[in-house]
Amino acid sequence: MMGLETFGWLILLCPLAGAVIVGLGFRVWPGKLAGVIGTAAIALSFAASIGALVALLDQPAEERQVVAVAWDYAKTAGVDAQLSILLDPLSIFMCLVVTGVSTLIHLYSISYMASDRGYSRFFAYLNFFVFSMLLLVLAGNFLLLIVGWAFVGAASYLLISFWFRRDTATRAGIKAFVINVVGDVGLVIGTYFIFKGTGTLDFLKTFEGVEEAFARNDGDLVAGCIGLLVGAFAKSAQVPLHTWLPDAMEGPTPVSALIHAATMVTAGVYLIARMHPLFEQAPAAADVGAIVGCATLLIAGTIAVVVTDLKRVIAYSTMSQIGYMIMAVSSAAYAAGLFHLMTHAFFKALLFMAAGSVIAAMAGNQNLDQMGGFRRAMPFTFACMVIGGLALSGFPGLSGFFSKDEILALVAERGGWHVILAVLGFVGSLLTAVYTFRMIFRAFEGRLVEPARELMRGQLYHAPEHTNPATGEVEDTEVGFPGADHHIAEREGTMKVAMGALAVLSVVGGLLQIPHVTDVLHSFLAPTFESSRYYEELEPSTGATLIGLLTGAALSIGGIAIAYVLWVRDPKRPAALRERLSGAHRVFSNKWYFDEIIERLVVRPFAWFGRFARNTFERLVISGLFMGGATTTVRAGSSAVRAAQTGFLRYYAALVLLGLTGLGAYFLVAGS
Amino acid sequence: MAEVVFVIASLVVIAGAAGTVLVRNAFYAVLALVCHLLGLAALFLLLRAEFVAAAQVIVYAGAVMVLYVFVVAYVGQDDHPLRRRSGRGLRGLSVLFALVLLGEFAIAILGSGLSVLDQKGAGFFPLFGTPEEIGRLFLTKFLLAFELASMLLLLAAVGAVVLARRRSGLDDPREISVADLMRPDDSGTIGDAERGTLHEAAAGPAGR
Amino acid sequence: MSMTWYLAVSAVVFCIGMAGVLTRRNPLAILLCLELMLNASNLSLVAFARTHGNQDGQIFALIVMVVAACEVAIGLGLIVALYRRRLPIDVDELRELQG
Repeated sequence: MMGLETFGWLILLCPLAGAVIVGLGFRVWPGKLAGVIGTAAIALSFAASIGALVALLDQPAEERQVVAVAWDYAKTAGVDAQLSILLDPLSIFMCLVVTGVSTLIHLYSISYMASDRGYSRFFAYLNFFVFSMLLLVLAGNFLLLIVGWAFVGAASYLLISFWFRRDTATRAGIKAFVINVVGDVGLVIGTYFIFKGTGTLDFLKTFEGVEEAFARNDGDLVAGCIGLLVGAFAKSAQVPLHTWLPDAMEGPTPVSALIHAATMVTAGVYLIARMHPLFEQAPAAADVGAIVGCATLLIAGTIAVVVTDLKRVIAYSTMSQIGYMIMAVSSAAYAAGLFHLMTHAFFKALLFMAAGSVIAAMAGNQNLDQMGGFRRAMPFTFACMVIGGLALSGFPGLSGFFSKDEILALVAERGGWHVILAVLGFVGSLLTAVYTFRMIFRAFEGRLVEPARELMRGQLYHAPEHTNPATGEVEDTEVGFPGADHHIAEREGTMKVAMGALAVLSVVGGLLQIPHVTDVLHSFLAPTFESSRYYEELEPSTGATLIGLLTGAALSIGGIAIAYVLWVRDPKRPAALRERLSGAHRVFSNKWYFDEIIERLVVRPFAWFGRFARNTFERLVISGLFMGGATTTVRAGSSAVRAAQTGFLRYYAALVLLGLTGLGAYFLVAGS
Repeated sequence: MAEVVFVIASLVVIAGAAGTVLVRNAFYAVLALVCHLLGLAALFLLLRAEFVAAAQVIVYAGAVMVLYVFVVAYVGQDDHPLRRRSGRGLRGLSVLFALVLLGEFAIAILGSGLSVLDQKGAGFFPLFGTPEEIGRLFLTKFLLAFELASMLLLLAAVGAVVLARRRSGLDDPREISVADLMRPDDSGTIGDAERGTLHEAAAGPAGR
Repeated sequence: MSMTWYLAVSAVVFCIGMAGVLTRRNPLAILLCLELMLNASNLSLVAFARTHGNQDGQIFALIVMVVAACEVAIGLGLIVALYRRRLPIDVDELRELQG
């Protein structure tokens, strides 16, 4: 029987081994073997997570925070850096979610990416990503957290630019990476401020010592927490560091499903939940988090209503839902936020998988304007999409309903100005329902497009030539571009299994935490949040809960109805509405002009600085003054000395005799 | 009596030195140096250094100077220097250096530092400076110096031979240089006279 | 007869020799003047030997003579080699070894 610590290390090592094995042999693996190995590695990791869960539950409740240390990196000058992982309910929970959803997505990818020339590379990168995410989640001190954080950013870059010969993809990858690095810097600076006060990098020791080290809302602590928040916002695509997420949809659909829906973007939520003692001691920072989360969910919701790319709708939806989670964990509704994290992982991954299937049917085209009528052509995909959409909209009974309403109820319970946030959250729910079903109705209802007609006849549509769907540039299907064949769910068994599993989870996931009925998640996570002021106390009354649930249900059904009317019953209505609200529509379509603002405020000054550095500073000061100055000085000195080497014998003789005379003079003077 | 001999010998020494330096013709300069050496031998005798004086005459004036005479006869001197003298400035400066050094020595000698100079000299035993004593010292106290000096002589002999030998194959007799054209007809090596330089060859085998 | 006189003669000859080394252009002449300087130091050595009643100075002077002879041999060999190569026998012309 293996111990908790062993399971912990296994969780980390299996994906790493998978990445190394698949990666090193990437030319060798025949057919789909790379995919099978990759999936097996993650499945083993999932099994290890379950083992760890069981082992953890075996421990009595007081001892459920175990630190496993592998070795010490450095123990000098007050910095205690170790390779240590922290196994407690929160991290095991995150491991289960990450490995579980990852296994299903790997399963999906075995068939989805089958015709891509970079198949093995894909699975190596994907495994590396899972390893990094697990490292982040299991880290027991700030050092490993930062390492995992950075690795996740790198993996994201590798996967977004997977089709590296596409200009749009590489640019999107760079954009994502740069914004992530901004977050990394914030994270490191935040860590510094916290370390300055507590003197330790270890999580448990930091949490124990935070109350003595910092006063409430101490400047250093607030600065530290804001630094952590910057990291969280960059990774979780919150305003204003969110502009990378829609562009990240350039990556293959499984990547979007895994990284940009279920796991990486939730790292920020995990961070805030993990650092809850710090945030509770610095409520100013927590409030910032809550407000930003709320703002993001509204902004993203409004943009999602007008976007025309299928995957981007889902991306903005992710941004919005993560806004809910950030708002929740910043308002000390930890269990609710994490519960929504879990359910969101299920239905968002499902939505992405279904979207992937539709896009495959469209031969890579992601434009909603050119989709329609796939309902009868792809029944399984349609069913999955609808289940996912209902869960996302918070339809009563499905998982999203319970998790989202729990968040809103608890935030409202905080009182004060948090009630405003809760109200805005409800507005966001309405928007969610509207845009989700707008997407579904536009893609699956309406007139049949040509790919749908082909499918009804039993053939998969292939475009006359391979092009980049966004720009129309012609491509080939060699390494670096998508493969020639496309795979839809109806025809691939593994895709059906994965999507089916997620559909089931989306439906029943809510049962874990029905308010006042079941309390599984809340009690499981209690040992982690022992020190929290709010964890046990924040409990809405039954009446408030009921009102919340009813409101949520009403808004969700109402939103679906609005979407039905606008996009099914009365197709001309949206155009008319767009005319009426053209100003708002323009702002939303331009994504609230964030890209332009960032370009003006940040990119241009940096580019200018780079040019200045190269032309002026580098050329004049470094090459001219330092290098040139040094070499000129040396050359001048040496030519001065060279002047003594005239080649005249008599000159040398004269120098020798001059020296002799000088020596004689010295002895004369010294002797007397 | 000793003072008179001293004065005459010193005059010979200094005159010979001045002659070596001032005379233009190298051969006459060598002769002046021989004079100087003989005067110096006389001074050595006055200082009761018999063996050193004899060695001076036999080795220095006899062998080394003869060597000089041979080389001067062989090489001669440049009667037509390619360039003017390097100017009066350098000569003036050299004389100045010499005077400065002389001044220093004067200060050293006449100053109070060397108090031993005004004495008559220590007493000496009868065999002072004789070959017998010198030989004894060489073979006992200064044996290492003696051996090293002989090694040095061997090296110098070998080195001189190596430096001055005629190396066949190194300079191509068919090469011609500007110095060839400028050299007077009665100079050159015996080998050149036999074979003829390219200069002559250019005139044609029967062109003479 | 005090030693001062001998040392004075030695100093004078040394300085004359030095002036000659710095002034002459013919390498043979330079070597001759170098001989002058060596002889001058020989004279002062023997004078000091007489002063101290010690023969070490004379031995030293003999060794100096040996060294001078060797140096002359090599120097003259060089000059002969120069002549063989048809190079000008003039120290002002022979200045290829310059920086």
